[in-house]
Amino acid sequence: MSPRQTLDARHLLCPLPLIRVQDRVQTMLAGTLLEVSCTDPGTLHDIPTWCRLYGHRLLHTYRNDPLLVFTIEVSGAHAAPTDAPAPG
Amino acid sequence: MTKRRKAVALISGGLDSMLAARVILDQGCHVEGLNFFTGFCVEGHTHAIRQREHKPIKRNNALWVAGELGIKLNFVDVVEEYKHVLIHPKHGYGANLNPCLDCKSFMVRKGYEWMRANEFDFLITGEVIGQRPMSQRRGTMPVIARESGAGDRLVRPLCAKHLAPTLPEREGWIDRDKLYAFNGRSRKPQIALAAKYDFKDYAQPAGGCCFLTDKQYSAKLRDLWRTRHSRDYALDDIMLLKVGRHLRPRPHFKLIIAREQGESNFLEGYRYQFTHLRTISHPGPLALVDGEVDTDDLRLAARLLARFSKGRLANTVHVQIAGHNQASWTMEVAPLTPSAIPGHWYL
Ligand code: SF4
Repeated sequence: MSPRQTLDARHLLCPLPLIRVQDRVQTMLAGTLLEVSCTDPGTLHDIPTWCRLYGHRLLHTYRNDPLLVFTIEVSGAHAAPTDAPAPG
Repeated sequence: MTKRRKAVALISGGLDSMLAARVILDQGCHVEGLNFFTGFCVEGHTHAIRQREHKPIKRNNALWVAGELGIKLNFVDVVEEYKHVLIHPKHGYGANLNPCLDCKSFMVRKGYEWMRANEFDFLITGEVIGQRPMSQRRGTMPVIARESGAGDRLVRPLCAKHLAPTLPEREGWIDRDKLYAFNGRSRKPQIALAAKYDFKDYAQPAGGCCFLTDKQYSAKLRDLWRTRHSRDYALDDIMLLKVGRHLRPRPHFKLIIAREQGESNFLEGYRYQFTHLRTISHPGPLALVDGEVDTDDLRLAARLLARFSKGRLANTVHVQIAGHNQASWTMEVAPLTPSAIPGHWYL
């Protein structure tokens, strides 16, 4: 089973849940899972959009108002591409 | 083969930065977005706090823009660093506590630092000459480029033709002919360009992009600074200024009274940090007491809160008071009459 981390973003309001998820995911290896708990309903839009843009898989969304729990499988694509040389 | 150049776009969630990023994407560049969280952003917070059942769920507009453009968006928490910008603005404030010119320079500087750290080539903003009275004037454009350190790696695609060619234009990374010459306060050119790109449903913020342009918010922030004898603040302080009615009946304390259920829910999260009151004989909002209070002050606070409850016309209202340690007791009070609440109590 993939290693799983949890993140408590309850009571944080947009964009703080996204910032916390982003910062945590940047420290995680591809294939690992992040389970994030939120209470801001805006995360229902934002977490799926953010996952799509970065290629992470949103495996599951659990909803029991006001609690929302997202399970994200981290892809290796979070970091910015580094195929271009530094600006000269 | 020519190298695909990389641009970082400052994305506020509004139309202009969305258009600027799209113009550069159309030139074949790789674009990623940056969005800064200062704690004062209008985005998200208040909408999330004042969520009402029948309202659609509020999206994050910057992320929505990134989703529409298909670009990555990096959020940057600048709450701590931003304090210096707000407390010591070199160029002063606008109509309220908005240090727009310093703020723009700061954000462009942070963007430039990100650009260098991530090996991007240039930076873009949605600025338009003459669009905003303080930060987007012809004279301030070079100030921002200079003070941020971005210099001629800063491209403003929407008004580039009014400005000297930047490095990406001179080097042919982007085609100056395909940039724009928008100017002034009219929104028509932006709306026309949005129609050309078939952008729909974009955010149309009224006023500035943050609470610092708001007169009432600024008054509450000034009050916070004055009563604490310090301009320092924590994120919770500035969040609480966005929520509820703030009334200062005595110089040494104020009351934050929720205006609706969403705000009460939000203030619930602060119960352990503040003495708080709620009416128990009648439905009513939650209120936090900010300041050191004695029994007389609490009686006044309870009478004031009762005025904002469903028991406002009752002879007496029971108000439960709980301290930081959660020990609670009840007071029976007569609600204040409207004439007993002077206008200057409202912050
Ligand atoms: S409105 Fe607020 S966020 Fe926008 S430039 Fe002014 S101070 Fe900065």
